[in-house]
Amino acid sequence: MADSVANSTGRGDSSQFLKIDRLSKHFDEVAAVDNVSLDIKKGEIFALLGSSGCGKSTLLRMLAGFEMPSSGNMYLDGEDIAKMPPYERPINMMFQSYALFPHLTVWENVAFGLKRDRMPKDQIAERVEAMLGIVKLKPFAKRKPHQLSGGQQQRVALARCLAKRPKLLLLDEPLGALDRKLREETQFELVNIIKSVGVTCAMVTHDQEEAMIMADRIAVMQEGRFLQVGHPREIYETPSCLFVAGFIGDVNLFNGTVEVDEPDHVIIGSPECRHFVNHGITGTIDMQVNIALRPEKICLQEIEPTIEQRESAAEHGYNSARGTIDGIAYFGKFTQFHVRLESGKIIKASRENTARHEETQLERGQQIYAWWDGSDVVVLTN
Amino acid sequence: MDSRLGKTWLIAGYVFLYVPILTLIIFSFNASKMVTLWGGFSFKWYGVIAHDSEVVNGFFLSMKIALMTATASVVLGTLAAFAMVRYKSFFGRTVFFSHINAPLVVPEVITGLSLLLFFVMCERLFGMPERGMFTIWAGHTSFGLSYAAVIIQSRLLELDKSLEEAAMDLGCRPFQVFYLVTLPMIAQSLMAAWLLTFTISLDDVVTTAFLSGPGSSTLPLVILSRARLGLDPTVNAIATITVAVVAVGVVAGSLWMSRQERRRAAEQSAAYREGMQAMGA
Repeated sequence: MADSVANSTGRGDSSQFLKIDRLSKHFDEVAAVDNVSLDIKKGEIFALLGSSGCGKSTLLRMLAGFEMPSSGNMYLDGEDIAKMPPYERPINMMFQSYALFPHLTVWENVAFGLKRDRMPKDQIAERVEAMLGIVKLKPFAKRKPHQLSGGQQQRVALARCLAKRPKLLLLDEPLGALDRKLREETQFELVNIIKSVGVTCAMVTHDQEEAMIMADRIAVMQEGRFLQVGHPREIYETPSCLFVAGFIGDVNLFNGTVEVDEPDHVIIGSPECRHFVNHGITGTIDMQVNIALRPEKICLQEIEPTIEQRESAAEHGYNSARGTIDGIAYFGKFTQFHVRLESGKIIKASRENTARHEETQLERGQQIYAWWDGSDVVVLTN
Repeated sequence: MDSRLGKTWLIAGYVFLYVPILTLIIFSFNASKMVTLWGGFSFKWYGVIAHDSEVVNGFFLSMKIALMTATASVVLGTLAAFAMVRYKSFFGRTVFFSHINAPLVVPEVITGLSLLLFFVMCERLFGMPERGMFTIWAGHTSFGLSYAAVIIQSRLLELDKSLEEAAMDLGCRPFQVFYLVTLPMIAQSLMAAWLLTFTISLDDVVTTAFLSGPGSSTLPLVILSRARLGLDPTVNAIATITVAVVAVGVVAGSLWMSRQERRRAAEQSAAYREGMQAMGA
């Protein structure tokens, strides 16, 4: 074991730029972070996603050095950082509240960390100018934080973190304090800046959309553990468990029993319909499973779906159910329908509004068919 | 109807509060020696106190003690407040906590008496300290630091902890965090604590009476002893000067504060408007 740790933490191994090894943090017997291991690649933006109290902030604060781990190790670029005080770590953090020093100007805020390193004055000036250039705040250098808008304050905080050229950038709910419209604009800008600087970044967020837009990889956390680590698409399309499926985006869940278990397909029976899944699962006949289906994968139409329409579903009768429209919510870019199936279960189906005026307007109370493709069904075995 | 009733009460309140002070000021310009009979307008009592060495010495002693008390209280109060807010568990924290707050609730007579007994004992054992300026200063500081600690503590509690963490994150050692970030952030409350302990020390009578020695009478003690011998308009004159100084200080201070506040609010809303425009653009 000791050997493998020594090997895997050697410098230059960019796939394990940050290595977290069996890290735990206990607060009075309660494990806030429970035996977590993780590798982050150099230059990667990694998001820790979870609801409040899941341990994501504690993990971030351990990386920053504000919390001491109860056990486990952390290596950054091959260097053991677990016992280093925060002021010696080559890590900088952007706080949720930005934590800009209100008594200092924008310029002084950005220069703050550089002055602590006793960097020569002319170099500090050069670096601060460059940073303010990156975040487009040069004209505001002489202002105090309270004279800036929320978005500008956030950029000052970012510039201040990046000024020291940290090996690892930590973002704590980076967009949590911004209003919605500004948040959408800022997400891309933030990613662009981080990518252009090339810094490795770990962020914490409770907002799944923010994590999906910004991060290269996401770890979904619950009760101090990682439930799933993967690319945003992976997490959305193939969630590993019920919690992840429900946490990331909207989902319809069915309970079912495995009826046919073949290497290339599975058939699962549930009260609503029989599901045809066009891939094998690790399970056995008669096993109880959950089926997850994203609303946008469900098609609604007035007439029964034809065989041609759903080639991959192969046999007639699978993956479709009759129901009535129970509610319609218009969101602008898409419309969400609540469909009451004959079994009484209500499922959500969404349809993108690509045309301004749809030819087939579905109405409340209308009888319809809901159907989906065998490849869109996610089987959750647990 | 209701508003008229309210106004009446308000006026009654003001009369109760300020008429005595007004009377005192008016009679300081009384040419007669009688405190209650008007004998014509005169500045003569102001001339008298200028040449009254007891009053002048008392005034300077009071100022000196108040300056020293305020400064010592703020330094010790900051340390105490910091210990209570930042260190949630250390040996004897509860005892420490109640000791810091005790002088605020223990009757001053008891504080004064116990300090007197303590200093008397010290004098007998070590031959020092002699009662005088030092003992008064120590006594005032012993409760001044409580007031200072309470004020500074409340500011420290509302201070965003992430500011200090950010400072540490950017490379500050703990001591640097304190004087580069914490201290500037709590500067206003330090000022408030300093002013409060200054005034408390300046007009303290009870503790001072216990701890003063021969030749160390502060201004309040002088006034009190004069009043006991029979009122005389010099006391009114001293009081009028004090009121004038305090009034000017308070008005100037609050004008400055409200201007700062207005400026800050204006700058904030300007920044907000700018932000909205930038978003629209």
